[in-house]
Amino acid sequence: MAEYALILVSTVLVNNFVLVKFLGLCPFMGVSRKLETAMGMGLATTFVLTLSAASSYLVDTYILQPLGLGYLQTIAFILVIAVVVQFTETVMHKTSPVLYQMLGIFLPLITTNCAVLGVALLNTQEQHNFVESALYGFGAAVGFSLVLVLFAAVRERVAVADVPEPFQGNAIALITAGLMSMAFMGFAGLVAG
Amino acid sequence: MGAVLTAVLTLSLLAVLFGLLLGYAAVRFRVEGDPIVDQIDALLPQTQCGQCGFAGCRPYAEAIASGEAEINRCPPGGETAMIALADLLGRDPVPLENEEAAAKPKSVAWIIEEECIGCTLCLQACPVDAILGAAKQMHTVIADECTGCELCLPPCPVECIVMKPIRETPETWRWPYPRAAHWLKEAADA
Repeated sequence: MAEYALILVSTVLVNNFVLVKFLGLCPFMGVSRKLETAMGMGLATTFVLTLSAASSYLVDTYILQPLGLGYLQTIAFILVIAVVVQFTETVMHKTSPVLYQMLGIFLPLITTNCAVLGVALLNTQEQHNFVESALYGFGAAVGFSLVLVLFAAVRERVAVADVPEPFQGNAIALITAGLMSMAFMGFAGLVAG
Repeated sequence: MGAVLTAVLTLSLLAVLFGLLLGYAAVRFRVEGDPIVDQIDALLPQTQCGQCGFAGCRPYAEAIASGEAEINRCPPGGETAMIALADLLGRDPVPLENEEAAAKPKSVAWIIEEECIGCTLCLQACPVDAILGAAKQMHTVIADECTGCELCLPPCPVECIVMKPIRETPETWRWPYPRAAHWLKEAADA
């Protein structure tokens, strides 16, 4: 039980995928302009990341490894992620129109989120078992959502601030992200590993 | 050679399997609905202000889709929405019905309280219940609720309602809407 909690704390805070591992930066910069869209993106990513981490583990353990095809990981995982995202979108459109309205436009974006592929590859690298894999994906997504929402809240305030002309727009956003990244380094002392 | 064949076969099999799954899902979870109304509705600003003469954005979208209404009756959407609609439906862009309304800054209604006679006529006109007051009592506008639709202006018998532009604060500020692409504007001018 303790090691599961450790995985969660480690992925959410200490080894945060966006601010410490620098994965998934495109949606981090692209969807963080408004708080509501950031929340939507965070929810959609949490859903897809957990599911794709688990299914990538299954494909790797029961198909690729027994056949000695470990080198096909990258392409196989991309395939799995694309299918999971598409399947989720189709099912959601039918079963929950409200949720689809909220997350619909973000789902296809997640296919190209490098954090999703990163989680799947890191899972095999660190030889996690099934539960650990899913938890690792879930933790990574919660960490992603956390910084996305925090960053969106900061950006909404920065946007009305009197920023010097050379720093306006994405420049000040990147500086803000850098400052947040430094703040997250403070968590490194929280747990070892 | 055997290893390559295994790899190719495995990947192809995986792809076919996933393809079948998606194909099944697309049939099993098909959604019925009129896609063109959804597309039009997505281009409208969703302020539900009723300035087009319909009860909201969705009814206006349905009216456009069935050909009952022109595409130029949405002042909040302005020229951008009109050109986007013209592009979507393959119709010719038309000038906005109310040109001044499109250019106005965002504002909310404000009741000059010294002049208000408490007739409650504006209360009944307000679509979002943003006006507070009772008969023969002074009325006031809840600025947070007001959508700036101007529907309360015509019924007022003493003309004590004015539109005041909103000052931008961190709470009310929003990213500007993207402008229509350059070539769209040129197409509209031509």
